[in-house]
Amino acid sequence: MKPRLAVLLMGLLLGLSADAQSGNLTVPASIEAGAPFSIQCAGSGKATLYIAGPGQFMKRDVRLGEVASFPAGSLGNAGRYTVFLSSPSLNETGSLAVLPADKPADLTFIAKPSRLPVALQGGITGAAYVFDSYGNLITKPQSVSFELSNPVSTTQTHVVETRNGAAWTQMDSSPHEGKVQFVARVGDVSSTRIVNLVPGDPCSLRMNAKSAGGKIQLQTDPVRDCSGNAVPDGTIVTFTESYNDTRSTVDVPLKRGVASIEMPAHRGATISVASGVVLGNQIRWEQ
Amino acid sequence: MNLLKSLTLASALGGAVAAFAADQPVVRIEPPTLQGPRELQPQTAKAVIQDYLESWKVLGGAFSQNQPDLLGHGFIGAAQDKLAATIKQQQLDGVHSLYRDKSHDVRILFYSPDGLSIELTDAVQYDVQLFDHDKAIGTEQVHATYIVVLTPTEVRWRVRIFQAQPESMAVPRI
Repeated sequence: MKPRLAVLLMGLLLGLSADAQSGNLTVPASIEAGAPFSIQCAGSGKATLYIAGPGQFMKRDVRLGEVASFPAGSLGNAGRYTVFLSSPSLNETGSLAVLPADKPADLTFIAKPSRLPVALQGGITGAAYVFDSYGNLITKPQSVSFELSNPVSTTQTHVVETRNGAAWTQMDSSPHEGKVQFVARVGDVSSTRIVNLVPGDPCSLRMNAKSAGGKIQLQTDPVRDCSGNAVPDGTIVTFTESYNDTRSTVDVPLKRGVASIEMPAHRGATISVASGVVLGNQIRWEQ
Repeated sequence: MNLLKSLTLASALGGAVAAFAADQPVVRIEPPTLQGPRELQPQTAKAVIQDYLESWKVLGGAFSQNQPDLLGHGFIGAAQDKLAATIKQQQLDGVHSLYRDKSHDVRILFYSPDGLSIELTDAVQYDVQLFDHDKAIGTEQVHATYIVVLTPTEVRWRVRIFQAQPESMAVPRI
């Protein structure tokens, strides 16, 4: 009885659930991943012990009547294991559950998208899975902190409890363009993603016109989005001149924040400016 | 294609039991209890569950033949690595095992907002039979609840996390 008592005491010391006994085989019902454990094989003579699961396999020769001890790290993969004890005179089975450790050691974090316009409500999503040091998904609830920050905006923080090892969040993109850090943190483990916030569509568009010899010199004011960020160079601005029944259209990319072009000067011509779906002001040329 | 038809039937009946041929597992598909903002289209759910069930066949084949290379059709990442390591250890020890899934009770739990992972739980019954140098060691009927995460790959969903947990930790059934 002494070895059996030793197994039970060892299990209690490790904070594990009670052993399950099946005939000659006494197996702890569950252990934490990587924890040491013991299996008692009653009887006499030699036998072979197999611990089989899809996640891991072990085979060991044992002497019946002794305790088979497995050191820390022997079974690291969480899952359900079947224990087979085989000798010429007996065949017995038991089961053993290996549970993920409670302490997070790794985090899989996916943030989407990596580039989006500023000031978009719920535009950024993050999903995280939490793992222990053996790469097991920790299914007990864990608090995951999601933080979105850049140097000029207030930090958005969402704390989310994992369900079945997974947590997710949605964040608003800040009004300021630039790179922001999106961090997922659980315990002392964190993972960072960089999200690039780009200006949105032009918010208002205004052009000025002046005479340049026989032509009209047209130039926009600096083009900005609704949060005041400069719209990137290369964005197309369209100038349209209507005169009698003719219409001339010119697409001009922004350079240094403005678009400029010369168009033929016709007295009575109407000139408009647009970028994407945003319409700017209209000028009637009377000179 | 029988599998696909049965799954179609099961989803059409909203959680009915799909009975397969004698050697096929019985599959029950629970209505999803989704967390997350992303809507799960029925076609996606069907494809995920079909590919997941197929992965059990892949697992069974790989273990019975001790061929870790076969795992790639159904598994990827950590799940594939762990299963492959198990098979390699069995090879070293002169052992092989037969895994025969008999029933599944599947529920989709989480569709990540980016669409790159789907988590499901499966209360599965399977037999595991162990052979040491072709000598039968024993057979055990196993009831376990698996937490599974699948990710989309080129043409199918593959299992990235494949982890059994005790019944006491299983996701409650509604």
